[in-house]
This record gives sequence, structure tokens and C-alpha cells, in this order.
Amino acid sequence: MTDALLPSEFSDLERFAVKWCLATEQERYMERLSSSMEEMQALYDAVTARAEEAMVYCDKFPLDEMPEDALNLLRLLYSLVMVSFPVEVWGQPRIPDTGAAYLDLLVEPIP
Amino acid sequence: MARFPKPPEGSWTEHYELGTEPMSYEDSISPEFFELEREAIFKRAWLNVGRVEQLPRNGSYFTKELAVARTSVIIVRDREGQVRAFHNVCRHRGNKLVWNDFPKEETSGISRQFVCKYHGWRYDLDGSCSFVQQEQEFFDLDKADYGLVPVHCDVWAGFIFINLAKEPEQNLTEFLGPMVTALENYPFHLQSERWFYRSPVNANWKLYLDAFQEFYHAPILHAKQTPTDLSVPMQQAGFEAPYYGIDGPHRVVSTAGIFPWNLAPSQLKPMEILTRSGLFGPWDMPDLNFEQKPAGLNPAGCDPWGLDSFQIFPNFVILIWGQSWYLTYHYWPTASNQHIFEGTLYFVPAKTARERVAHELAALSFKEYGHQDANTLEATQTMLESRVLDRFPLGDQEVLCRHLHKVAGEWVDDYKRELSEVKR
Repeated sequence: MTDALLPSEFSDLERFAVKWCLATEQERYMERLSSSMEEMQALYDAVTARAEEAMVYCDKFPLDEMPEDALNLLRLLYSLVMVSFPVEVWGQPRIPDTGAAYLDLLVEPIP
Repeated sequence: MARFPKPPEGSWTEHYELGTEPMSYEDSISPEFFELEREAIFKRAWLNVGRVEQLPRNGSYFTKELAVARTSVIIVRDREGQVRAFHNVCRHRGNKLVWNDFPKEETSGISRQFVCKYHGWRYDLDGSCSFVQQEQEFFDLDKADYGLVPVHCDVWAGFIFINLAKEPEQNLTEFLGPMVTALENYPFHLQSERWFYRSPVNANWKLYLDAFQEFYHAPILHAKQTPTDLSVPMQQAGFEAPYYGIDGPHRVVSTAGIFPWNLAPSQLKPMEILTRSGLFGPWDMPDLNFEQKPAGLNPAGCDPWGLDSFQIFPNFVILIWGQSWYLTYHYWPTASNQHIFEGTLYFVPAKTARERVAHELAALSFKEYGHQDANTLEATQTMLESRVLDRFPLGDQEVLCRHLHKVAGEWVDDYKRELSEVKR
């Protein structure tokens, strides 16, 4: 499994990695808007179940010196946060009644 | 039955003598009024353009597009470390001096000098002209006469302000006044993790200020963001602020808070419990380590305290959360019915992945709420412009909206009076 994006302990989440391990909030937001509720529910269910372990794993490294696979795991947690609003409150990818409005995040902390 | 005591006059609105009659919103739909605001407000008031952390080194700079004043400004930290501002225009033939790819887009970076893309004229970081291409071809040209045009610039508590007037009527500290400057020792500088959002909004700039200077709307517009176990009692209770303050052209609203970690699980979203975070910020707060709480914070002494939102005239808001972070809003007008909204969140930098995930949920919650607010504004602007109605009742929880429009009107009236005196 040399192609794995995530640490081996989290291989059960590997099937979400290509789609959801995204570096910027803007990419994660666009992915949310173009995803189905079924896709987001699947991510939400799987990552929520491992979220506490994932945070413990990521916290083994300094935030600015994370190995690539741990960084991908952290990005997967960001995507969990991103899909939580559609899954927990909206029942749809977009915020209701917001038409064409957008609020772009242009500067964000790295990672 | 009011939960919080009102001033002796019976209401905040009467206390501040703002009149209780229905209000006109003509100042938010009239192109003529907007043209006056450019001169009367935005070319006279001190305008916040950012923070000193955006200029980390000598030579760091950024540009700010000010469509409302039809100019662009360079903000730079010079060789001595002083923050300076200049109109972003080459003295030779008026080309915009600092830009990349798209002349109307803002940029930032670090540089030892500014070089015009057009004919290569150069300027030192203090604005002096240091090089003219083929200088011998010019006629009696003395470079000392061709420095960049300076803009008044000053820094308060790390916030960089500019003033486009030839001579500002007040210095920055006088302009900000005691209510705002009382925040001086709040540790803004420790909160350097910056999240910067921008959105074009199809509404007058004052309408968005109004949206964020009353929380009467919060239990209604944002109800669906909260589980019904919390949103229903919140709607039934309605919103009351314990304190509204006014000092000159500036305003503050303070709110009581909740300790989210004390709520029942059914009143929280699962993600809030998982990340220990939410709209009000991370539950596990950093130690801001300030010796004495600034005098201006939490004026009603609430425990728990929610937030203080300082509305600094004309278009700048500093909102300090009880949960130890802060954010700013800027509203940059581009037309009578359009502006650019900027929201910037500031946290003590996350040290661990867990803290960083908590910031992620706080920031995303801000975005979800902000979308709802922004889209409502377009709906308001279009119907105000129908002019079907011309008077609107405002409640006491909307006292600060009344004050903003009154102050904007006063500044425009002052300007018109001065114009007519000059003509006479």
C-alpha cells in the first residue's frame, strides 16, 4: 500500500481520501457543493466514528511539521467539519435561501 | 418583561435621543446620497485598512483598493519600520504603481523599492523618487519634487488606519474616542491566526452594518442552524442586549452569552460536541494572559458574557468574543447598492491539530451564518429600491441602526453646508 494517502491505522478511511483530502477550504467547499447527500453522509458516518482517534494521531506531531499522511488525515477531519452542516442541519449541500451568494475564504492558516 | 434593565428614559433609543419615529432608508438607495458619502465620509474619516501583522518585515507592503474614494493605496513598512501609506500612482504619467496581472486586484509582498511597470521610475519605501529612466530627456525635473503622494496613516492597537483628507480634522486617537481606545490593552497581537473572507454584496454598505449591529434577527434568520431544543426557546425569548453604548460616531452592543459546554447534548450539533467548538468559538479557550481586562469590555458585566461588537464609523467593526477570539468586518462601498464585505477572524494560533479542528468549525460556522445574512441584504435592497414603502419602524433592539444612519446624514449635511459656504 505504498500509494496510501492516509496512515495505515486509518486504511478504512482510504476510500474517501482522494475525494476529500483537500488542502484549502475553498476546495472543500466546492467539493461539498458538487457532492450528493449520500456521499457526504457516508463520509460523515465513517469519519465521525474515527474522529477522536484521528485527532489523537495527528496530535503526535507538531502542527507545522506533520508527515504527509497525517496531514491528509487532518484534511479529512476538515472535510468532516465541512459536510457537517449539510448532514446535521441543512439536508442539502448549499445553505438554504442563499441563492448565488458566496463568501470566499482567501487567507487561511496552513495547515 | 425585560430581562435586562433599560435606561431611566425607558428605552435605549430615547436615552440616546435618536427619535422613535419610523425611519427613512432613502440614504441606502439614493445614488446622489452615495456620491455625497464618498466625499463627506470616506474622504474624511479614518479608515482601517488592516493590521500590523500583515506587514511583518521592513519592506512588507499591501495594496488596498478604495473604489469609494476612486483610489488605490499602498501600505508599506519602510526601512525604519514605520508604517506609511501612499496613493498607488506613479508620478510620471499616472500608471498604477503596484499591481499584479489584474490592475484592480489587491496584492501584497515584500520589496526594497517600488518600480513602475510602464517606464521604470523607482520609488524608495519612504515614497521618495529614486530613479527616473533617461532622466536627461526631461525638462528641469528634480526627483525631489516627484515623490509618491502620501496618505495620512497612523496605527492604534496594531490596527492601521488611513485618512484621505488633505488635513484630517482630528488625529486618530481623537477620532476613535474614549469608548474605542479603552480597548487599547486587549491582546489583539497574540491572536495572529488570520482567516480572511471576502464577498461582493448587492446592497448598500449601511444595510450590512445594520444586519450585524442588531441581534433581533438572530433567533429567526439563523434558527435552522441550531437544534430545535435550543432554537425554539431562543425564538420564544427573543433577543435583548444588556447594553448599548454610543460615543460620537461610534457604537457598541454587548450581549450575554451561554456556556455551550453546559447545554444538553440535544441542544448542540454533534459536530460541536465532537470538536468542542461552534459559532461562539472554541470551548477550550487559550489563555490571553492579559493582566487587566480592558475597561471597555463586557460593559454590563455579564457572566457568561457573549460578545462586544464595536462599530467604528464609518465601515469598520471589531467584534470581541467572550470565548477569547475576535473578528473584524469591513464594508467597502462600490455603488449605492453594492459593496465588498470583508470578514477576518483572528485566533491565538493553534498549537495542536485538535485546536486547529476546533478553529475550522468556528470559521465554517461564521461562513454559514454570513451567507444567510448576505443574501437577505439583496432581498432588502431590491425592495427598498421599489420605493413602495418609505418609512420603517425600528425597535429598541435596533437602536444602533438608527444611530448609524443619523451619523451618516450628519456628516453629509456638514459637507453640504461647507460646500455652500465655500461657494458664497
